Amino acid sequence: MTVVRDRVTTRIASPPMRRRLSPLLVVVAGAAIVVALTYTLPPFRTYQLATVGAYLCVTAGLTVLTGLNGQLSLGHGALMATGAYTLALWQNKFNLLAVGIVVAVLVTTAVGAVIGLAAARLRGPYLAGLTLAVAVVVPSITSTFDETFNSDQGLSVILNPPPESLTVEQWQAWLCWGAALVTVFVLALLTRGRFGRDMRAVRDDETAARLAGISIARTQVAAFVVSAACAGLGGALFAVMAQSVSPGAFPLTLSLFLLMAIVIGGLGRLSGALIGAVLLVALPAVAHEIGEAAGSQRLEGNLALTFFGVVLVVVMLAAPGGLASLRPFKKKGHR
Amino acid sequence: MDRFLFLTFDGLSRGAVYAAFALALVLIWRATRIVNFAQGAMAVATAYVAYSVSDATGSYWLGFIVALVAGLLLGAGVERVVMRFVDHSSPLNGVVVALGLVLIIQGVLGMIYGNEFRPATAPFSRDAFEIGGVALLSRYDLFVFAAVGAVVVLLTLLFTRTPTGLRMRAAAFAPDVSRLLGVPVGGMLTLGWALAAAVGSLAGMLVIPTELGLHPTAMDIVFISAFTAAVVGGLDSPIGSVLGGLMVGLLLSYISGYLGATVAPMAVLALLVVVLLSRPDGLFSRRAKARTA
Amino acid sequence: MKRTATALTAAVLLAVSGCSNSDGGGSNSSADTPGVTDTEIVVGTHMPLTGPAAAGYSKIAPATKAYFDYVNANGGVHGRKITYKIMDDGYNPANTQQVVRQLVLQDKVFAILNGLGTPTHSGVLDFLKTNRVPDLFVASGSRSWNQPDKYPGTFGFNPDYTVEGKILATHVKTEHAGKKVCFLGQDDDFGRDSLAGIEKVLGPVAAKQSYVTSNPNVGPQMGALKAAGCQVVMLATVPGFTALSIGTAAKIGFKPQFVVSNVGSDPATLAKTLGAAAPLLEGVVAANYLPLVNDTANPWIQLYTKVNKEYNAGAEMDNNVVYGMSVAYLFVQSLQSAGKDLTRDGIIEAVKKGGFTGPGLVPVRYSATDHSGYGGEQLTTIEGGQAKWLGKPFRTDDGDGAVEVYEQAAVAPPANGIPAA
Repeated sequence: MTVVRDRVTTRIASPPMRRRLSPLLVVVAGAAIVVALTYTLPPFRTYQLATVGAYLCVTAGLTVLTGLNGQLSLGHGALMATGAYTLALWQNKFNLLAVGIVVAVLVTTAVGAVIGLAAARLRGPYLAGLTLAVAVVVPSITSTFDETFNSDQGLSVILNPPPESLTVEQWQAWLCWGAALVTVFVLALLTRGRFGRDMRAVRDDETAARLAGISIARTQVAAFVVSAACAGLGGALFAVMAQSVSPGAFPLTLSLFLLMAIVIGGLGRLSGALIGAVLLVALPAVAHEIGEAAGSQRLEGNLALTFFGVVLVVVMLAAPGGLASLRPFKKKGHR
Repeated sequence: MDRFLFLTFDGLSRGAVYAAFALALVLIWRATRIVNFAQGAMAVATAYVAYSVSDATGSYWLGFIVALVAGLLLGAGVERVVMRFVDHSSPLNGVVVALGLVLIIQGVLGMIYGNEFRPATAPFSRDAFEIGGVALLSRYDLFVFAAVGAVVVLLTLLFTRTPTGLRMRAAAFAPDVSRLLGVPVGGMLTLGWALAAAVGSLAGMLVIPTELGLHPTAMDIVFISAFTAAVVGGLDSPIGSVLGGLMVGLLLSYISGYLGATVAPMAVLALLVVVLLSRPDGLFSRRAKARTA
Repeated sequence: MKRTATALTAAVLLAVSGCSNSDGGGSNSSADTPGVTDTEIVVGTHMPLTGPAAAGYSKIAPATKAYFDYVNANGGVHGRKITYKIMDDGYNPANTQQVVRQLVLQDKVFAILNGLGTPTHSGVLDFLKTNRVPDLFVASGSRSWNQPDKYPGTFGFNPDYTVEGKILATHVKTEHAGKKVCFLGQDDDFGRDSLAGIEKVLGPVAAKQSYVTSNPNVGPQMGALKAAGCQVVMLATVPGFTALSIGTAAKIGFKPQFVVSNVGSDPATLAKTLGAAAPLLEGVVAANYLPLVNDTANPWIQLYTKVNKEYNAGAEMDNNVVYGMSVAYLFVQSLQSAGKDLTRDGIIEAVKKGGFTGPGLVPVRYSATDHSGYGGEQLTTIEGGQAKWLGKPFRTDDGDGAVEVYEQAAVAPPANGIPAA
């Protein structure tokens, strides 16, 4: 047992060696792969690739929140909507995409800070319930302030056409993956530093963390804010890809799917976030193919839903200790 | 004034449904420290069973009874097959498993019945009686009050007057001691889940005919209102959940009526935030207890 | 390293799953036109088959497909059989984005036909334009489809909601003079355009309310209209919400005269949704521009009934079936007119040329400068659970033009039920 624990400790301690190489290497390799793929895949696959990139921004941030910090959010779909609507409103007024994306991230960060402040005081089911209520409030807001958000119909997003040498889909994939890789890089640096250590400490034992002089509330709010910023970025990218935003794009199911993705992908690992993002795109597509092959409209969509649910329940029940044991950095030796 | 009266009665009628649903959440929370996020989906599933039965036999009441029985069975099944094996080291585990169940139930219902809205019939007329020229209550509203009232009375009797109820309470509050005293704690948990799910089914059967109809996600919003009701009343307090349900129903009715239907979900969120941050144990909670689970 | 491996695996998975056909979208002749071969034309649509707006509408696309199957069984159009890909978007604009991309980029459809819904279809106009995909006969009466300069490939089908609003309001003005008129509409272009047409004729309405399909509770709105003392309520609602509004009004003892937009007025759909409360529909006024399903003496209805029986598994005939087949008929007319060498530009030119006569009570308006569909409607009222015509067809425009009677009689279908080349 001690041996195991020592090994685990060494493994936790060992990242410094990888730290210098790994994130940058991964980002560069990722960029190369994406560029290569955009020149080989047919347009629809490239579009799907872009979607994976946009999802990756969100799942990576959520992984930090839930996996490393132990907080749960069912409201990240709403945060994505915040980013998406901000971008749409900005574009339709100024049509400056790069600035618009930054503004979208900033606005979502601010909204995330507000929710995060409340969330930091809540635990378990209370936190889940509150964020669930956040997730379903989007259509209510867009309909109540329909002068600005145009209700269920949503807004279209003005965009300049992509550079001549690129197809729309290639441009989308580059944009989304550029953002996703930057997100992953920043998160990797953040979580390896002091912030990451604080988060893990808070997650594992609040009392001990407090004794060690870590501010619980500040760490939790910070984690929420970081994940909100990522969600805002992902939302803005979705708005760009769809050239429109509407509340229907951010239903409750989206928030649940995001949670599923990071749990199935493996909590707390950024590579898990990638697996989750791929699943979010691939599963519905596969389910659509199966549904079409079976000639049944009813299978479509519902098949993916069921599959996500089954895997989630099985993973949670099969992993001893539930969520905690799915974390790579935590307490495996203690069991 | 007419409008105020109408909105009051309408709010009480919806509030009664929230109360029943919140009560179901509280029953499970008290027994297992799990908030059953799958409660809404489970209720919809039994409503579909009722729909099939009523459709085949032409009898609403047969379907109604079958829905309650299906609720008992589904609740027991979910506890025995899934929830029993959830690790309790983190309160998130139960939440995530329940959400997984939501996806499974909604997916399976969609595959069997399709995702279209199916008209759900009400057993009584929903035309309001006019009293002094003001449309106040329909027969259906009276039925809702009667059904929810009966459930509250029966559950109170069960928990206060019967040995089974005593054992259930004991198993919930002191499982280890109860086990030593020979109380079948596992069985009591299963019974608790079964009862809670049946109450949830009842709430579902009552609320679905008042909306667009039967749909796999028909209870999502109801769930959030009921969760809010349970939190307002205090997750540990059955009486609180009933009062909380009525309060939330009234609040939503006034807000929808005077400010517009679209404002209601924002009001629910605001209420939830205010209560959670100021009185996390609920407005009616007598004990001061940590809100962490 | 593990991360890189995961990324690589994911990339490979995507690449493998993506190794399918890829060809360009240029179209100088039918040989390299997407979705067209010597034997087949692939067309796609997006429809609400599920969700709050599916009631009634889910029957449209199968009816369209049934008519295509009928044409295919009789040799197709210029030797090509029509394949109709129906995608469900649940009336959710975000899903529409997804499924239309799938149709255009993956399934390589020749055109999008009869995509349904104002909020849903608005979101894909730019995408279809960028990809030069003909966007024919949109199933909605929004005026957005009629922007030939901005969207040269998009054509409407329904009379636009402003035209309809003017016609319905004219009826209210003459038959319910002096009454308090109110409005409940969908909170999007559908509701807004409709209200614009109504107010052109009647002036400001006494009270107006809106709803969103994501919130199936119209109690507060009907309560407010009742409190305002409305005597006539005009609805710009999809069928599910027409039924919900009428049912909810009855529940609170509110029984005004309802005047309903065509898109939300099929009696069979409403009756099904209302269930036991169906008698509430008696006397509801609406309008239509296609033959009524219960008019069994009408040759079009006879044709559609036959096709429905043979190719639509005998689905229950209602006005949605009539609608779906009329769309299909118009599309086949366009294909015939575009000729054997079918290209995307070719079919757009053919539709612009116009001159189609078919089941409609008034003609479609297509020309180089007008991409809107039918130009008028005739009023109906519900009696004994079925729609009955009132008066004569009216025609008007979406501006300040007068509402005038259209006298010309409708044409009969060709003997074999298929438009000639």
